[in-house]
Amino acid sequence: MAAGVAAWLPFARAAAIGWMPVANLPMPVAPSNKNKHQDELIILNVSGRRFQTWRNTLDRYPDTLLGSSEKEFFFNEETREYFFDRDPDVFRSILNFYRTGKLHYPRYECISAYDEELAFFGIIPEIISDCCYEEYKDRKRENVERLMDDLEDNKDSKLPNMTFRETMWRAFENPHTSTMALVFYYVTGFFIAISVITNVVETVPCGYMPNQRDIPCGERYTEAFFCMDTACVMIFTVEYLMRLFAAPSRYRFMRSVMSIIDVVAILPYYIGLVMTNNEDVSGAFVTLRVFRVFRIFKFSRHSQGLRILGYTLKSCASELGFLLFSLTMAIIIFATVMFYAEKGSSSSKFTSIPASFWYTIVTMTTLGYGDMVPKTIAGKIFGSICSLSGVLVIALPVPVIVSNFSRIYHQNQRADKRRAQKVQKARLSRMRITKSGSSSAFPHSKRNGLNQSLELTGSLEEDQQLKKTTSLLESQHHHLLHCLEKTTNHEFVDERLYEQGYLQTALQNFPSQSPSLSSEEGITGTCCSRRTKKSMQPLSATHTHSHTHNLQELSALHIQCGEQQPLNTSRSSLNLMSDESGSLNCKSSGLVTTAIISIPTPPSNNYRASPDAPPPPNPDAPPLPNTGNDVVKISAL
Amino acid sequence: MGAVVGTLTMQTRQRQPSRDKVDDELEMTMVCHRPEGLEQLEAQTNFTKQELQVLYRGFKNECPSGVVNEETFKHIYAQFFPHGDASTYAHYLFNAFDTRNNGSIKFEDFVMGLSTLLRGTVREKLEWTFYLYDINRDGFINKEEMTEIVRAIYDMMGKYTYPALKGDVPKQHVDAFFVKMDKNKDGVVTLEEFVIACQEDENMMRSMQLFENVM
Repeated sequence: MAAGVAAWLPFARAAAIGWMPVANLPMPVAPSNKNKHQDELIILNVSGRRFQTWRNTLDRYPDTLLGSSEKEFFFNEETREYFFDRDPDVFRSILNFYRTGKLHYPRYECISAYDEELAFFGIIPEIISDCCYEEYKDRKRENVERLMDDLEDNKDSKLPNMTFRETMWRAFENPHTSTMALVFYYVTGFFIAISVITNVVETVPCGYMPNQRDIPCGERYTEAFFCMDTACVMIFTVEYLMRLFAAPSRYRFMRSVMSIIDVVAILPYYIGLVMTNNEDVSGAFVTLRVFRVFRIFKFSRHSQGLRILGYTLKSCASELGFLLFSLTMAIIIFATVMFYAEKGSSSSKFTSIPASFWYTIVTMTTLGYGDMVPKTIAGKIFGSICSLSGVLVIALPVPVIVSNFSRIYHQNQRADKRRAQKVQKARLSRMRITKSGSSSAFPHSKRNGLNQSLELTGSLEEDQQLKKTTSLLESQHHHLLHCLEKTTNHEFVDERLYEQGYLQTALQNFPSQSPSLSSEEGITGTCCSRRTKKSMQPLSATHTHSHTHNLQELSALHIQCGEQQPLNTSRSSLNLMSDESGSLNCKSSGLVTTAIISIPTPPSNNYRASPDAPPPPNPDAPPLPNTGNDVVKISAL
Repeated sequence: MGAVVGTLTMQTRQRQPSRDKVDDELEMTMVCHRPEGLEQLEAQTNFTKQELQVLYRGFKNECPSGVVNEETFKHIYAQFFPHGDASTYAHYLFNAFDTRNNGSIKFEDFVMGLSTLLRGTVREKLEWTFYLYDINRDGFINKEEMTEIVRAIYDMMGKYTYPALKGDVPKQHVDAFFVKMDKNKDGVVTLEEFVIACQEDENMMRSMQLFENVM
């Protein structure tokens, strides 16, 4: 129940008069407001700034500091006001929460200061209203991340008992942690560079041989280059093996991109070693050397920006794929058109459509090599259209990639996606919590209240304790709901219990032979055994039972019931999953003047599928006028 | 290039239609109503000045414009019955409070109704209840009207009840009570029959006293 409508509770209670003429049962006693004082203003002095409000306003939320008796600790006798040595600006929001029922988070406030104030006044942040909740959550997450970053910086200090393996792994991942790691980092970087440079220089022609032919340096200084290559590969192999050893999860490490690059970088060398100098395979061997250039990707371990670029391309793969597709479409269209346009001309280079692909691509990307040019007029027209549209099509990928790159590069953008998913889920769960909280409050308090009344020897302190936990407002609201229950002669139960009960009936009717009588067909009469015997016959078709043994049980139970002096506790034991569910609870006739017949289901353990849970009874028959004192209500268990 | 610009502007265009709706709602809530003076109300009702003040504060909090329309009324009433659907009963209540049938309740109507309910004589309360039950205001309650009211009451219970609501429980409920009230068995209950039937029922009389100290 929102606090804002607390003022309308008297109205709702007064409107309950409309239920009276059709009520089945008499109404329960209303909670008395013994301490019914005139509504008074109380003064809250927060660091010198005085706030005033009605006492009732604060009483709306009895589980906060201001709503409970905890504020008495802050009461100043001389000045007759409550003094709090806290931030008055934040207190404004807190007091508005009591007034309006909505807690707002002001943007200019620091998140940790706000959190502290909320914690002091006993208000949980989850009830921040929707308008400010996202902002609050964002700031909170930023703060947490900042704290975590600080923590991570501190965490790099070596923990005392890390194994050698863990130390190595940490050294590999964070090179700045120790000098050795830094040295290793630079050495590997140097050798990657050396390797790449040697690959490049290998192919540069240097010097002349006697037969007047440029040969690349690689062939001239074969041994030198071979030694360099060997050295680099050895370093890389050692590095890879060390990483593999140190990895916490070797399988996961082997699957990671970086390790695959490592493997691809060093594999050609070993394959080259293994392979013989066969003429057939040397061609393939030469191709393999191309893969040596992948060593340059090893630099991405050393560069954050390179990693982000790779991540960008990966993440906008779908956009790029679509663009590629549309580009392909355009190429095919224009190539076809050009081919047929140039078909007529003699000595045309456009020999086939695939041959025209090259022209189309070169034209669309505005390269214009000029090795293929159209000669017919139609060809020239279409060629110009092609180059003009090419400008448009090529311009499309650029903003996509740029926007993706900036989107990924900024920290906030990443938090956006996370936030969008979490907020929706959290919001739904919050709504569910508040809804179920309010709707399950009444059944809960009912159970608690009845449990208390069960203990007839309960001491006075327990009573007072019970009263303290529920405010007057709550008790009045519960009294209202109680009146509604009495009017309709049905009770509120928790959603969970209702569903459990449903499952019980489903379970029960299936395997067991429980003789459940339904009095819906208008069995009016007392629940004496004679009547039930009679009524059982017509129903035996619909229900699975027909043991005379059960009838005897029933009559025995009826007798039992008549003798018992019942407690008014049928509801509580029904809600509890207790072992005493075996005993029938009867309501004494003195308490009800209009008798309600319900179905006596013998609750012995044989008949129930799940012995530890009480089966729910079937609905009640319509109410009867007074039938005298020997009418007993049996609530089946 | 143009396509790029087009996609960028498409996002902003979607936000505009909602702004018009907000403007419309703003205009509607500008209608304001101020009640008559405190002394007049005190004379017309059975409440003291302080009680009227408390009532008005609560009223104004929920309805700053000074009038309650049916939607707000239903919303407020539904807060007290989170389990079920209180809108039908709230509708009938609204009609009972809205004595002038103009679709809105002013503070005066509200206070008059409450005065009858809380501080009125038994006869007045019963008359008010009769007025509530008589949906079509023809001076008679027939079985359908009573079934409607009882159904609305059962709706407030919601789905999760014990024992579970199976079958047409409201109808059975009404069958029993109608028989009790309709003395001359002519199918309708008049005001006199209603009053007499209620006064015979001690429980009801006792329950009516229950709400004496609500304020």
